[in-house]
Amino acid sequence: MVDKIIIENLSLQYSDGTESLRNVSMGIPQNAVTVLFGPAGGGKSTLLRCLNRLNDLTEIKASSGRILIDGENILDPKTDVIALRRRVGMVFARPVTLPMSIRENIIYGLELAGEKRKSKLDEAVERSLKLSAIWDEVKDRLDESAIELSGGQQQRVCLARVIALQPQVILLDEPTSGLDPISTGKVEAALFELKKEYTIILVPHSVQQAARTADHAAFFLTGELIEYGDGKSLFTNPKQKKTEDYVMGRFG
Amino acid sequence: MMKLFDQNRHIVQRLGFIAITLMALVTVLPIIGTVAFILVKGGSAISLEFLSGFPHDGMRAGGILPAIIGTLYLTLGTALFSVPLGIAAAIYLSEYARDNQLTRLIRLAIINLAGIPSVVYGLFGLGLFVLFLKFGTSILAASLTLSIMTLPVIISTSEEALRAVPQAFRTVSISLGATRWQTISRIILKEALPGILTGIILGLERAAGETAPILFTGAAFFLPQLPHSPFDATMALPYHLFVISTQVPEMPIQIQYGTALVLLVFVLTMNVIATVIRSRARAKRQW
Repeated sequence: MVDKIIIENLSLQYSDGTESLRNVSMGIPQNAVTVLFGPAGGGKSTLLRCLNRLNDLTEIKASSGRILIDGENILDPKTDVIALRRRVGMVFARPVTLPMSIRENIIYGLELAGEKRKSKLDEAVERSLKLSAIWDEVKDRLDESAIELSGGQQQRVCLARVIALQPQVILLDEPTSGLDPISTGKVEAALFELKKEYTIILVPHSVQQAARTADHAAFFLTGELIEYGDGKSLFTNPKQKKTEDYVMGRFG
Repeated sequence: MMKLFDQNRHIVQRLGFIAITLMALVTVLPIIGTVAFILVKGGSAISLEFLSGFPHDGMRAGGILPAIIGTLYLTLGTALFSVPLGIAAAIYLSEYARDNQLTRLIRLAIINLAGIPSVVYGLFGLGLFVLFLKFGTSILAASLTLSIMTLPVIISTSEEALRAVPQAFRTVSISLGATRWQTISRIILKEALPGILTGIILGLERAAGETAPILFTGAAFFLPQLPHSPFDATMALPYHLFVISTQVPEMPIQIQYGTALVLLVFVLTMNVIATVIRSRARAKRQW
């Protein structure tokens, strides 16, 4: 298995003094779902936001370490962050569709990237909505406002919006935290399909979801990577006491 | 005993309610009263000749066309300077500025700018635009003076409108590979536009009705013709009203009230437009 992303000694401290990541090192394999789980404040979201440099929008006091994607250190100040964000897409906890139609939401990123050909855009709309398992529900109302959709539908449109850019990596930050079980099932099923083409990093909203979806799992506690390994064995036979306590529901 | 107390409480509540309602009505009365008074007194003066003619007989007869046109010019001139500058400043403050000394200084300046008496703006305009920059007593100088006065209103309402747009839109847009400016120009400005427009209209409305800032910078007592260029002085409704109310003896009263009515309608129309834009946008808004 090839590591798509290699994180080396990553540490990060926010300006308000909170330390979010402490010397994290891990490799994230291609075409698999890697789950980052643990109690709130463990640094999972911070790590995701480092991977597409969304943390640039936040006041950061100090950070060190490297993140290599295909061997290139994306934390280098010379990195083209726009290109990086097209390569590393992100789905957020709260489904936020932009105040425009479903179609416009999907092609937003593509148009910014300079794609003008209608055939290409139409193709991207259909392909990405199908991959996100929402095409049948919205194909007749692509020009209606995306905000009219239900939360579960909006979240799949958000996923499609990321897929439309044909990224290499998809980051999902508790993408189903506000969704009902049926919508959650649909999103998880979509992830299962998507990992054939993409590298997926998921912060799940529960240990159960982590166990259901993980090919690889990393347990984070107060900014430290406690245990990282194969999904199956980590949940059934954790090596660290802290991981075991958390997985068994003894805290968190 | 308990029962009596209960009843008392209801009576007190009822009385309080009536008192508050009355007070609310009292605040409305002056507005309705003013409009009705001006309408009754000035309505008879309004005619096609009054709206489209020049004043004659020492302004004791004829129309007020040059004052109407002048106020239009001044309002447009003010918009020309204050709208782009105001929106740009608002975008800077809301989207780009970090919370530091400089930003705090800018905000302090804007707040203080809003508190300066309008006659002081007039003197400042006289010193800077009319004399130092040699624009003379002109539409240009008056518009610039009014712009400075209007800016704080436009900046603060626009900034508020921009800040009201959910932060999540910015984060999502950036995460999809947009630059800050693409995010602003494609999403944030569009969503904030109704609020910005409301602020612009309210600011311009104030500019249209002001006398003091144009008194020394661009207003003319009487002109036999319409202004030809931005460097000409102009008549304007509020100044004209001041002139015919205080400077011209034996002035027919209905011309005064007629002029007041035209100014009032001009300003109230802008107000109504602002209200309509705001309520429409609120109904259409999706967040």
